Amino acid sequence: MTDPAITGLASTVPDTTGPRRTPLTQVHERLGATLTDFAGWLMPLRYGSETAEHQAVRTAAGLFDLSHMGELTVRGPQAAAALDYALVGNLAALRPGRARYTMICADDGGVLDDLIVYRLADTEFLVVANAANAVAVAALLRNRAAGMNASVTDRTSDYALIAIQGPRSADILGPLTDASLGDVKYYASYPATVAGAAVLLARTGYTGEDGFEIFARPQDAEGIWTTLSKAGADHGLVPAGLAARDTLRLEAGMPLYGSELGPNMTPFDAGLGRVVKLDKPGDFVGRAALAARAQAAPERALVGLVGQSRRVPRHGYSVLWDGAACGTVTSGAPSPTLGAPIAMAYVTAAVAGEAAREDAAGRLAVDVRGRAEPAKLVPLPFYRRPA
Amino acid sequence: MSVPEELHYTPEHEWVAISGSTASVGITDHAQRALGDVVFVSAPAAGTKVTAGEPCGEVESTKSVSDLYSPVDGEVTEVNPEIDDDPGLVNSDPYGAGWLFKVSLAEGDGDGELPPGLLSAAEYTALTAEAGS
Repeated sequence: MTDPAITGLASTVPDTTGPRRTPLTQVHERLGATLTDFAGWLMPLRYGSETAEHQAVRTAAGLFDLSHMGELTVRGPQAAAALDYALVGNLAALRPGRARYTMICADDGGVLDDLIVYRLADTEFLVVANAANAVAVAALLRNRAAGMNASVTDRTSDYALIAIQGPRSADILGPLTDASLGDVKYYASYPATVAGAAVLLARTGYTGEDGFEIFARPQDAEGIWTTLSKAGADHGLVPAGLAARDTLRLEAGMPLYGSELGPNMTPFDAGLGRVVKLDKPGDFVGRAALAARAQAAPERALVGLVGQSRRVPRHGYSVLWDGAACGTVTSGAPSPTLGAPIAMAYVTAAVAGEAAREDAAGRLAVDVRGRAEPAKLVPLPFYRRPA
Repeated sequence: MSVPEELHYTPEHEWVAISGSTASVGITDHAQRALGDVVFVSAPAAGTKVTAGEPCGEVESTKSVSDLYSPVDGEVTEVNPEIDDDPGLVNSDPYGAGWLFKVSLAEGDGDGELPPGLLSAAEYTALTAEAGS
């Protein structure tokens, strides 16, 4: 067999010139993880079966090392103003202790990264960027903050980021923190202690489950990881890798930069026009293009597909309508929760409308290596956690 | 990583066990680890003529789809009937219950004569070590 996954292993030998290691890489090696070079970082792809890790997060809890994510701080009297100019969201309106999902766009409205911005204080924000974009986002923020009283610092090396995700997360974390988790709302963050270490504790995630993200000092990461692992074992917590993280976010209909989002797409294309705050005061980069895009009839739409065979639609495969190409798959995987292949795809607006009709059966397919495999259009997300 | 001594291997990560004029074929432990959870196998149907080094099927895993290559020339006589319902056997027991198909070797092969191009366990181990796993 030939497979990129196998040749991909060629780059996974840790050495001094290889990908960056996180404060937890040694822990992953001890656990026997399959490690992979992800955006220049040596990251755990899986520890055992990624399907089992996925299911543990849906039913109990999973522990993730996300230390590859970029952490940038923006501080100063004009920090909020600088972010309001640099990003599409209204960050001045964000209260300290709260967080928001937002994006940084180019002048033409193309998405340069999607971000979570935490307001830590009136004059201090923490911007979490995708690993592959962190350096570029830091440069963009500095450039866009020029002339304002706000400083941008890349603090990625100063933070380990550990996520605990899944319905049992609060039960596991509760006894190990001084924070009263019942008071920590979704998309909120608090300075807290976890396993005796000072951290920033946030109720955020990328799995579609309840859960927490823990920003810790690198030297505290292993202690926190080990303590959570031990305390969580009785609850069914397992370490989970990037493979499970990807299928979890796909089921939850969450976009991945580089797949559903990129410089050739606006937030509106991805169905995320709501993050563009055209009514906020002042100019921001991309405003004119995004205002025009908000008014225009969309040419394409991001849709959910469920494969009707066992063949999996994957990134880059063509979507077919009556046999003719009408779009492209952006992400696809076998869904452990649905027990069927699922995918997100951009298709023409016309097909997105027609394929949603009851009588569309048999007309929509995905070109899987030269075979038209039937698919069904479904509303996103594929999975919503039980209330 | 397990590489049984008595088997032979392809550079594309299949194993083959030759017994008389019959060859059993599967994918290696190295391959199943690299692929992750196998969710579907399209093996060549009984009666299909296969050629050494040519693609003859596909393996779908969580992460990717990859071609399956025949290690030998011959005709497929049997496909593992368990794999369709339980493709995870390829992960849990790649050299045993996870076998994929059997081939009746073409004339001239078999009889202790090894088809050309196959690797010994030591050669395959060296190959995968070079690839860095």
